[in-house]
Amino acid sequence: MGLSSNFDIKEDVLIVRLSGELDHHEAEVLRNKWKDMIYKNAVKHVILNLESVTFMDSSGLGVVLGRYKEVLQLGGEMVVCSISPPVKRLFEMSGLFKIIRLEENEEFALVTLGVAS
Amino acid sequence: MKNEMYVEFSSISENESFARVVVGSFITQLDPTMDELTEIKTVVSEAVTNSIIHGYNNEAHHKVSISCTLYEGEIELSIKDNGVGIGNVEEARQPLYTSKPELERSGMGFTIIENFMDTVEVISNPGKGTTVHMTKQLTRSKTVCN
Repeated sequence: MGLSSNFDIKEDVLIVRLSGELDHHEAEVLRNKWKDMIYKNAVKHVILNLESVTFMDSSGLGVVLGRYKEVLQLGGEMVVCSISPPVKRLFEMSGLFKIIRLEENEEFALVTLGVAS
Repeated sequence: MKNEMYVEFSSISENESFARVVVGSFITQLDPTMDELTEIKTVVSEAVTNSIIHGYNNEAHHKVSISCTLYEGEIELSIKDNGVGIGNVEEARQPLYTSKPELERSGMGFTIIENFMDTVEVISNPGKGTTVHMTKQLTRSKTVCN
């Protein structure tokens, strides 16, 4: 199974699209790639597209929280979109929606961050 | 009919997905709902990850074991390591508590386990290891039983 990640930049927004299973093993690899993308590019906000994530546990929440803190330092915002019911439950359980905004899809999330599609 | 399985594997993070798949396949004979299957897989992932990161401090040469019993629609699951153990189980079970914040742990592992299972018992002896013993009654079998 594993996890694959795809990064895209639109203006000052980093789009992170994940597919597969995000557990502790995959979180370690993802963290480094994601951190690099934040610091090597002039980005401020992050959109996390979880449309193709089939499994996630608390290690996944940990890596998301870690990047949230970095985005906050940059004065930006983190938006999560296209989230499946099981992953949504996990976010709700840990109170992540209090700090990370949820939007229906990537396009709409981009608009809310001021990027015209 | 009672059905049991036991599996033991090296304490490496690659085996977290293996553990989920093994338990997930074993319980399909109880015809769980998709939600229940996800819950069980998540719980296995949390407990095995705890054993690897906390119990064994990420050392690869140890073993994690899982035993699972299915009986009348109930799943009994035990995940065991012979690692460092937990000094204060009550504290470890608190939401957002983590002994390793530097590793970006969310501290939600036990909270998720408690939310997804009916009963959760953590038996830990410092220096000897930790066993997380859990049970869950599946909903479809509940309706059959009633």
